[in-house]
Order: sequence, then C-alpha cells, then structure tokens
Amino acid sequence: MPEASLNDYLLFSGLLFAVGLAGVIARRNIIVIFMCLEMMLAAASLTLVAFSRFHTVDGLPDFDGQMLVFFIITVAAAEVAVGLAIIVALYRARQTINTDELDALKG
Amino acid sequence: MNTSWFLLLLPLLSALIIHFALKQRLATLASYYGTAATGAAFALAITLLGKTDSPSFEWISIGENFSIDIGLKLDKLSTGMMIVVTGIGLLVHLFSLGYMKDDAAKARYFGNLSLFMFSMTGIVLADNFLMMFIFWELVGLSSFLLIGHWYQKDSAADAAKKAFLTNRIGDFGFMIGILMIWSFSGSFVFDQISSGLAASTIHTCWLSIAVLLVFCGAIGKSAQAPLHVWLPDAMEGPTPVSALIHAATMVAAGVYMMARFFFAIGTENLDGLWAMNTITWIGGITSLLAALMATQQNDIKKILAYSTLSQLGYMVMAVGLAAPDAGMFHLFTHAWFKALLFLGSGAVIYACHHEQDIWQMGGLLKKMPITGITFIIGTLALTAVPFTSGFFSKEGILHAAHEAHSPFLWVAVGVAALTTFYMFRLIFVAFLGEPRSENAKKAKEVGLVMWLPLVLLAGMAIGSPYVGSIIPSSEDFKPVTEVHPEDALFWYSISAFVVGLAAACVFYLGKKKEPLNIPLFANKFYIDELYAGVVKFAQDLLAAVVHFFDEFIIHGLFVGGLTRSVQGLGHSFRRYIQSGNLQAYALVLGLGTVLVIYFTAFF
Repeated sequence: MPEASLNDYLLFSGLLFAVGLAGVIARRNIIVIFMCLEMMLAAASLTLVAFSRFHTVDGLPDFDGQMLVFFIITVAAAEVAVGLAIIVALYRARQTINTDELDALKG
Repeated sequence: MNTSWFLLLLPLLSALIIHFALKQRLATLASYYGTAATGAAFALAITLLGKTDSPSFEWISIGENFSIDIGLKLDKLSTGMMIVVTGIGLLVHLFSLGYMKDDAAKARYFGNLSLFMFSMTGIVLADNFLMMFIFWELVGLSSFLLIGHWYQKDSAADAAKKAFLTNRIGDFGFMIGILMIWSFSGSFVFDQISSGLAASTIHTCWLSIAVLLVFCGAIGKSAQAPLHVWLPDAMEGPTPVSALIHAATMVAAGVYMMARFFFAIGTENLDGLWAMNTITWIGGITSLLAALMATQQNDIKKILAYSTLSQLGYMVMAVGLAAPDAGMFHLFTHAWFKALLFLGSGAVIYACHHEQDIWQMGGLLKKMPITGITFIIGTLALTAVPFTSGFFSKEGILHAAHEAHSPFLWVAVGVAALTTFYMFRLIFVAFLGEPRSENAKKAKEVGLVMWLPLVLLAGMAIGSPYVGSIIPSSEDFKPVTEVHPEDALFWYSISAFVVGLAAACVFYLGKKKEPLNIPLFANKFYIDELYAGVVKFAQDLLAAVVHFFDEFIIHGLFVGGLTRSVQGLGHSFRRYIQSGNLQAYALVLGLGTVLVIYFTAFF
C-alpha cells in the first residue's frame, strides 16, 4: 500500500472542514452544530500535523506544527467546557436548543 | 511720525474712547471730549493746509507685484476738503452740545459722530481707491448709525436701513469700477492710474464703462437719481447730523471722489467718453427733479434735503462737463451755507419743540432774530445773490455749461429760478407772517452754543470764496470773485433770481395755507411708490423661485433624497441581513471565507 502524500492529507482535511462547515450551516440543533465545529477544528489540526510531517528540518519533522495542534486541542477543550455550559444555560432559559427559535437578535 | 496720521487717528481714538469708556453718567464728558477732539483735528487741518505730502506704508502684499498700501495724499484738494470736513464738523459738534443736551443716548451720538469724522477723514485723505472704498463703507455705516440714532422710532430705523441699502447698490458698482480701473491701469493708487492708463491699450468704451461704474458709487453717496430716495428720508436723524452728513460732507464725498478720480486720470483723457454725457444727464435730471419736488414739501428739513439733492445735481453736472474744479468750488461754498441752513432749521425745530411743518410756524424772524437773519443769509447764498459765495460758484458751473455749449445751461438757469422760489417760500411761510401754532408763539431765541455756529457759518456763507487758498481743487484753480455785469450769464442768473423771488412773493407772501397743490411734486414723482412696487414684484418673484428651489430641489432631491436612500438601505439591512438566525450568519461567514480564499489563492 503506497504511503499517503501531502495532497491526500490536505484533500482529506479540506473535505473534513467542508463537512463540518456544511453541518454548522445546515443543522438546527446546537449540539450538532457544536460537534461539527469540533470537526472543523480537527480538520485544521490534521493540516498542521500533515505539514509538520512533510516539512523536515535536519532530517526530523518540523515539530512547530504539532506543537500548535496541542494548543488547539487545549483551547478547544476549554471552549467546549464554556460552550456546553452556555448551551445548558440557554436550554434552561428558553427550553429549546433549536436555532430557528433562537432569533432574539433579529433586527 | 508724520502729523497727518494724527489727523486720521484723532477721531478714531475719540470714537473708541467714547464708545468704550464714556457712557451713561459720563455722557456729558463724552460730548465735550468729542468736540475737543474735532477741534484738535480742525487745528491740525489748518496747519496742514496747502502741504503736499504722501506718507504711506504697505498693508497687504501678495506675490511679487501686488500690494495694497495704506497711504495719505495731501494736496490742495484734500487739505482744503479737510478744512470743510473738520470746520463744519467742529461747528456741528458745538451746535450738538446744545441740541442734544437732553438726549438719553448722548454718548452714543457723539461716539458715532467721531466715527463719522474718522471715516470721512479717511475718504478725503486716501491715496488709493481701495483705502477710499474701505472708508467709503465706514461712512455708510456711521451714516446708518446716526440716521437711526432714535431707533425706537420706526420711521428712523426704516430710514437708516433705506439709506444703507440704497448706498450698497451704488457701492457695488463702485467696487466693480475700482476693479476695472485696476485691471486697466494695474494700480489702485491715484497718482499711478494716469500713467497706467497711458501704457494700456484699452478701448475708450471700456474706460467709459469703468468711469460710469465708479460713478455709481457717487450716485449712491451723493444721492443722485435714481438712488436719491434715501436722502430725504435720512432727515429722520438728528438735525445736526443732517447738517454735517447729509448736506455738507458725506453727500459731497461722491463729488469729491469723482474730482479726485478725474484729476488722477487727467481731464484730457476724459474727452469724448460717452460716460461724461451720462454723468451730466444724471446730474441735470437730479437737480431739476429735486428742485420741483422741493417746491411742494411742507417739512422744513425735507425742503432743505431736496435742495441739497438739487445742488448736488449741479456739482455732478459740473463734473460731467469735465469741470471738476467748478464742481468742487460749488461743493465748498455749498457745504458752508447748507450746513448753516440745516443748523438754522435745527434751531427753529428746537425752539418750536420739534415742530417741523412750516405751516405750523410763522413770524419766527421777530422771535428768533439771530437764527432768522443767518437763515436768510444762507438762503441768499443758496439762491446765488451776487457777492455771496453761492453766486460765484454757481457762475462757475454756468460758465462750464456755457463753454461746453451744453443745453444743460438752461436746466441750470431753470433750477436756479426754482431754488429761489422754494427757498423764499420757506422764508415767507416760516419766518414772516403771524405765528400759526402754540409752539411757534412760544418760540424764543436759542442759546449761545447754538447761535454761535450759525453766525460763524453765516460769515463763511458770504466770505468763503474770498479765502481762496482753502478751496479744495486742483493746484492752479483760481476762483472768480468778481461780478461781471457785461457777461450774459450774469443776467441769466439775475433774471432767474428775480423770477423765482417774484413767483414766491405772488404765491406765498402773507398766505396762511398752501395756495398751490401739485400732487405730482408733493409725492416726489411717485418714485418711492414705483420702487416699492418694483421691489415687491421682484422680491415676490425671487421668493417664489427660491421657495421652489428649496422645497423641491434642496429638500426633495438633495437632503430628502439622501435621507430617503439611506433610510431605505438601513431598512433593507434590518429586514434581510439582520435575520437573527445563527445559520444565516454562519452561511455569510462561510461564503466570506470562501471568497477570501478564492481571491488570495487565484488572484
């Protein structure tokens, strides 16, 4: 089995990102939107890892990219904690998490 | 520093001090201070008499070859004129001490009088057109302030506005004229205009237009037809103001300016300009119309006002006949005797408790002998009785008309007869006969401070031509002070006098009410009504156009259209963009991202 090239990784992560974005735009359930958001973050992380793997410095992978991924994971974990807390608070206040019904900002 | 600057700055200083420091309880001090300052200016003017000098300093400099100077020009014309201005100014100040003794706003009156003295001095001494124009406007302003001194009266406030606005019309032409002269000759300075014009190749037709436009300023200030309407109304001001400003100095400024201008460009350059003909016509028409109007007026000051108009018409006629010297000579003599007549009428009005209708007077000669006799002396000078000042100067104008073979000789003679007629009508009605009202019965002679100026002015009304050195004119002008009975012109003016006097005797001697009734003259040829109609029509038309423009173009299209389009845009943003739907925002965000990526990657 041939080894995957950088293009394969980028294509895959692009697809992952597009699926995530489509989910964010199309779905009505905030939890699902949230999960799709995480998928987009994962796509970005995958790109970074792929670049890290294919960009060598002195025969070793360039670990800068991987380091950035750890940051993303950490920040995403914190963001999930805050985001889920907001969603719970929202549900308590409005008894719904359907975005069609959450239009208080309508002009 | 040159002493002539003090002559200019003294009245300014006095005006500033009076207006800013001497108010209310210090008003009496202000009146004495203003009089003393004018006296000092008069003394200075005497010391400067006959000097020739032109001190100046640069005021504005733009680029390399454009600069405006503030400069004084001392020569026979300006120093002589300064004697008239400060001399009559001093006497009027003296008279005002008595006349305005009990006025509530005495300090303001004397402050404005000083401001006027400053402005008039500026006009007389200016050595360039631009500086003259500045002081020209200042004179208009101070005249406005003084006519409107009793601004609580509507008629005074209206008269002040009318004078100012009418003058502005003339001044606008004057300004254009100055700029035209500047563009032809490249200079505002009087002494350089002649050489500048000689060097230029401008067509005489353009020069004519420029001369006429400059003359527009004189039409306004010297109250010539068709802008004469403000002068009779200006009699709403205090009578000493009428004597100083609206008889002796300010209204003479127009003639003075034309003389200054014509001396500057040289009378030989004026030959064959059609503008000169127009000026003569305007002067002749003004003098005739005003004399006709004067015959039917009943207000003593109005009669004198129309008489002033008529005499100014004479001077303008002389200027138009390319004889500015004759015009200036008449200006000089007229200033003294007309100031005398106005101050005399002021004394009469004061004695009769502000009664101005001559039919309410009568018999005043017995009650006020000094005023009466000086008034009659002034009348004799005005009606050109031989050996009075008015006779010699009027002869000068008749000679000028005769030499030019102008038909205006006959206009001048006719106006002389009319002048005699209306002035003796005034004398017969107001000073002779029986008193016809309580006020006239109780009238008594005015105090020393008021009759002294009358006596001094009466002296000048007789003797002014004999002190030839103070006559404002060109350097080589010699006034004729002899009577030539062999000359036909002498008999013309004598017969004009006799005809006028005889007519006045027939119609008015011993009469108790107006025997003649000519509505056309009494209503001043309906010119005021005509102007009111024209102005009203033009104003309504303009207002309609402006209203249309404002309502539909400005409001409907520009301001309204702009607000409506912004409002509509904001509305659609609110309706369609700010949906409040999370997904819609995300979609826009996503599309935006895609667009940004597309542009960064593929362009």
